[in-house]
Amino acid sequence: MSVNLKKPTAPSSDNRWKLVDATMRRHGYDPRALIETLHTVQECFGYLDNQALRFVAESLRVPLSRAYGVATFYHFFTMRPPGQHTCVICLGTACYIKGAKAIVEKLSSLLGVNPGETTPDKKVSFLGARCLGACGLAPAAVFDNVVSGKLNAADAVNKVQKWLDNTEVVA
Amino acid sequence: MTPEELQAITAKEQEADKQFTHHINVCVAASCVSSQSDQVRDSLAKRVKEAGLEKTCCVKGVGCLGLCKAGPLVSVESGSKKTMYQEVKPENAAAIVDNLDKAPVPGLALDNSIPFFTSQKKIVLENSGKIDPERIEEYIACDGYKGLHQAIASMSPAEVIEQVTKSGLRGRGGAGFPTGLKWSTVSKAGNGGEKYVVCNADEGDPGAFMDRSVLESDPHRVLEGMAIAGYAVGASRAYIYIRAEYPLAIQRLKVAIKQAERMELLGANIFGTTFSFHIELRIGAGAFVCGEETALMASIEGKRGSPRPRPPFPAESGLWGRPTLLNNVETFANIAPIIRNGGDWYASIGTEKSKGTKVFALAGKINNTGLIEVPMGITLREIIFTIGGGIPDGKKFKAVQTGGPSGGCIPEEHLDMPLDYDSLMKVGSIMGSGGMIVMDETSCMVDVAKFFMEFCMTESCGKCIPCRVGTVQLHGLLQKFTEGTATDADMDMLLELCDMVRSTSLCGLGQTAPNPTLSTLRYFKEEYLKHMREKTCSAGVCMTDAGDGAKTKEV
Repeated sequence: MSVNLKKPTAPSSDNRWKLVDATMRRHGYDPRALIETLHTVQECFGYLDNQALRFVAESLRVPLSRAYGVATFYHFFTMRPPGQHTCVICLGTACYIKGAKAIVEKLSSLLGVNPGETTPDKKVSFLGARCLGACGLAPAAVFDNVVSGKLNAADAVNKVQKWLDNTEVVA
Repeated sequence: MTPEELQAITAKEQEADKQFTHHINVCVAASCVSSQSDQVRDSLAKRVKEAGLEKTCCVKGVGCLGLCKAGPLVSVESGSKKTMYQEVKPENAAAIVDNLDKAPVPGLALDNSIPFFTSQKKIVLENSGKIDPERIEEYIACDGYKGLHQAIASMSPAEVIEQVTKSGLRGRGGAGFPTGLKWSTVSKAGNGGEKYVVCNADEGDPGAFMDRSVLESDPHRVLEGMAIAGYAVGASRAYIYIRAEYPLAIQRLKVAIKQAERMELLGANIFGTTFSFHIELRIGAGAFVCGEETALMASIEGKRGSPRPRPPFPAESGLWGRPTLLNNVETFANIAPIIRNGGDWYASIGTEKSKGTKVFALAGKINNTGLIEVPMGITLREIIFTIGGGIPDGKKFKAVQTGGPSGGCIPEEHLDMPLDYDSLMKVGSIMGSGGMIVMDETSCMVDVAKFFMEFCMTESCGKCIPCRVGTVQLHGLLQKFTEGTATDADMDMLLELCDMVRSTSLCGLGQTAPNPTLSTLRYFKEEYLKHMREKTCSAGVCMTDAGDGAKTKEV
């Protein structure tokens, strides 16, 4: 039986693929390292695309269907490129009880998208989180990786409005 | 590492500590860090240096100080005098340092004689808020890794299990399975091959942050507990499965594992014996179902987190088909003190069937939101009204939700029962991992039930039909109630479906998904009827023009 054990080549010469490869090498290209590797891809590129899935699946010798299954099963993995800014509203119980719903509604109407979506101009990704674990500061949200607690709808709208007002061109 | 070396580190730490007359401890757990407590620490350190006090005053970051709502918290210890400062900003540093030998800074000081601080009993959290979580030496100075040495050097694995059994410790992940029994099952399984220890740190319940705080405040305690477990059951490899949403806890664990390996407290030939123990981290990817043990193990194996039927239980056939011991963070955090002080000591705390203490995360409509540890058997009233400080804004208490999406809502009439696994079960809720969300009269119980059903619906893995389809139907029915379009037939259907989903789902997620609905139906049925017959919501949440508009969708 002939098995093609040739190592697949990275989709591009982008140096970030070296980091992805390093993760797989650390796990000896074991199929078990699938989730770990997808984490690295998402850290490096911000999202997973078909090309990345294909490369990872071939390198770890797992069926592409399984790689795709894993990538779409877990909420943390996204297959769409993120917007320039990210706003994550916590939708955990404590935040819900303290009015996160109203904040979501205000931001939804400001941005014109529902949680889980990115504005058409790719400026803002609007996401919901199950629980940030910052229940003592409910309602909480994360604006571009900075946690903001004891939030109210007006503050949240102000923060996002600042992003929208900033007219620099989105790359 | 030898016990003498451990002792030398302890002595050195204590000696270094003695030169300081003042200790300024700044909380650097996630909640306070998100209000810039790291900057507070840096500016305090800078000010101490400017004042030339660095020989007598020690500034350091410590684990969770508990009262998260008042963060960033700073605790100043001068001999036996202890002052707590709340909502400290970097610009307050000068005032705090300049007042070290004087009265506490007015306006900033927090009364630390309130029951929130005095009515707790700390075992799991004994080092939280005292030691720097990123320095193993400080953990060692607090009897750290002494339990591990004691277990390996002077006890047989069977004796370790005997102490854990004697302690009466039950699984802190929620279900309350006796820990000693689980350990002894794993120790007997497997005919001498590889076994695994797994720590479940996939704290998925919304409103629960106990495990995050323990890992951020005292990570070595969990590592030590796991190593003792590995020795007791005969495992040499272990995994910690932790959510990706907890970056600070992940970073502290990485630091802790590296430090312990460097000191040879983890790795090969621990304390010069043949016992070896390696711990690896596995980062979750945001799936609530991975808190279920078989789904969690599938995820560690790099697969989709789908549960499988049990038996076989993980104790017999777990990771890669090998016997696997799976415990929660808080369970492991209890182990070292049990070995150090003996199982009888632990069993002397708590109630007849639930021993020891429990860590709870207080959140929602309560004055003192934060992290507490109390002995089992305390009443909910003491927790909410004495320690928690009651309900803010003069509102009336309505219910307390425990156990997350698998638990239930407990009304006022049951606040005086002693809290343990069995009493909570009796009133239709569960202990769960320890999240406690307090609700006042402005919360609509039908809406809350719908909130949890929506959660279970989105988080259902889709493997078994009762859960995949049932939760969608249940959510639709609850939606009818909140929109005021439900009929008597819908009520009957709701009850029937709850029963069906509960008894036929494959794993805990589906089996417990109807719990919030059932418990609110049990205690707040009149609210459902009001929504149905009078089309009104007395809390003013449903059927308003603004309400129910936004669809909350997960990524």
